[in-house]
Amino acid sequence: MPDASHAFPALPSRPGVGYKPQHFTDILNDPSPVGWLEIHAENYMGDGGRPLAQLRALAERFPISVHGVGLSIGGEARLDPDHLARLKHLCDWLNPASFSEHLAWSTHDSHFLNDLLPLPYTDDTLTRVADHIDEVQSVLGRRMLLENPSSYLAFTESIWSETDFLAEIVRRTGCGLLLDVNNVFVSATNLDYSPQGYIDTYPLDAVGEIHLGGHDEDEDDHGAPLLIDSHGREVVDPVWALLDFTLDKSGPRPVLVEWDTDVPDWPVLADEARRAEAALTRALA
Amino acid sequence: MTDQSAFHAGLLSPTAPIPAGLTDGQNRPAGRRYGVYRNNVTVSLREALAEGFPSIVGLIGRENFDHLARAFLRQSPPGSPLMMHYGAEFPDFLATVEQLAPLPYLADVARIDVAMRQSYHAADSAGIDPADLQALDENTLLNSRFGFAPSMILVRSKWPIGSIWHYTLRQGPKPTGNGEDVLILRSEYDPEPVILGAAAADVVIALQSQTPFGSAIETADDRFDLAMLLNVLLSRNAITALNY
Repeated sequence: MPDASHAFPALPSRPGVGYKPQHFTDILNDPSPVGWLEIHAENYMGDGGRPLAQLRALAERFPISVHGVGLSIGGEARLDPDHLARLKHLCDWLNPASFSEHLAWSTHDSHFLNDLLPLPYTDDTLTRVADHIDEVQSVLGRRMLLENPSSYLAFTESIWSETDFLAEIVRRTGCGLLLDVNNVFVSATNLDYSPQGYIDTYPLDAVGEIHLGGHDEDEDDHGAPLLIDSHGREVVDPVWALLDFTLDKSGPRPVLVEWDTDVPDWPVLADEARRAEAALTRALA
Repeated sequence: MTDQSAFHAGLLSPTAPIPAGLTDGQNRPAGRRYGVYRNNVTVSLREALAEGFPSIVGLIGRENFDHLARAFLRQSPPGSPLMMHYGAEFPDFLATVEQLAPLPYLADVARIDVAMRQSYHAADSAGIDPADLQALDENTLLNSRFGFAPSMILVRSKWPIGSIWHYTLRQGPKPTGNGEDVLILRSEYDPEPVILGAAAADVVIALQSQTPFGSAIETADDRFDLAMLLNVLLSRNAITALNY
């Protein structure tokens, strides 16, 4: 069990990175570029071994954000009680500075699809998501952050805008939000709206964490740009600009760089973290 | 049919129609935008399988592997969000694929990959001090029952799977000969497949089922090398308790 005296109460308004095991030694040798780390909860639900040993060591040095990718909060079925119990076990053991999950679903008919799937924004889905968040917060005994998705399509039955939907969930559940500005950029490009306009109507007061990541470029059937949230490359300049735009309005927040596929050597990721630090410094000026 | 049933149905079936009610945001049909999710699901599961079965990728090549993985993931998507466990049924699947009949050992080699992953995530444990074993008088030793590390896993086969695994992933010598039993052992955090003789594997199984040491080694034949087995187990911290 991590030493409780080292427990960090909150994520600092500094850069963090998504933790990858291959960076373990580099991070401990040169921790200066990052103020905190984020882990994917499901990778630390084994019984033991190196993953938990590394996490134990990192938790002594860094505030940790536990980021779930498998709870299926937007799913039609009830939340998987076994999975919720595993999350509780991990959070009780680690006492992380933050827990977050996605406005998405990933499980249906007992199939886990390992992707963040979209849902329409209706009164029914709003009630369902809010009920699930109530349950998560009640079981974990902590406030969670909910992340906005990357969208590749829209639902004809949606009657809420995404930002109003998120604001209403915050109002009903008291949860916080994880604002992924790359997802905003991807969705805005794909569905042809203004990313700045999205930020203007987004409930920034509820933001406990900001995500940044790289995306790929494709085209739809009509030759319109179709961006894919791949987390496999550097963050592009327009997304850095959207971060500046957001921090200008929100003030400094914990900012995370995600890089999940084709993971680079540590110096490349550290450079991305330094760029986030510069954005945070500008936001303070 | 619910919204998510329809959305789900097309994800693992490339020929299924794109669900109704999805657009590009400009009231045009979603088209290949739905395909992004279909592709994400397939690719992420395929990558997870490729990562989990390095010896199979090495034996049949990535292209063939991807083909098999796609067929497997469509019929057996994960049953839980714990991707570390995904693919436990892949060896059984390989055994049913007709085109793989010329490679009858493949399923058992895949079982080593599964066991390596299970061992990697198994609970930590501490091995006994070899001196504790040496300090026992003969009678006590013969009546002792052993406790083993949760990370220790035995895979038995009528094929030389240990040699094939080492040949494929560790540049070991070309495999020849008879069946091999492979004991996965994790000294600290890195599991390692150790090839045992069949007699030693029998003894390990007897000890795992709490047969006293004396009875476990009694039935072993001449080829059984007790000193070698104890050395393998003790040097990899596999014996965690001596109960007498």
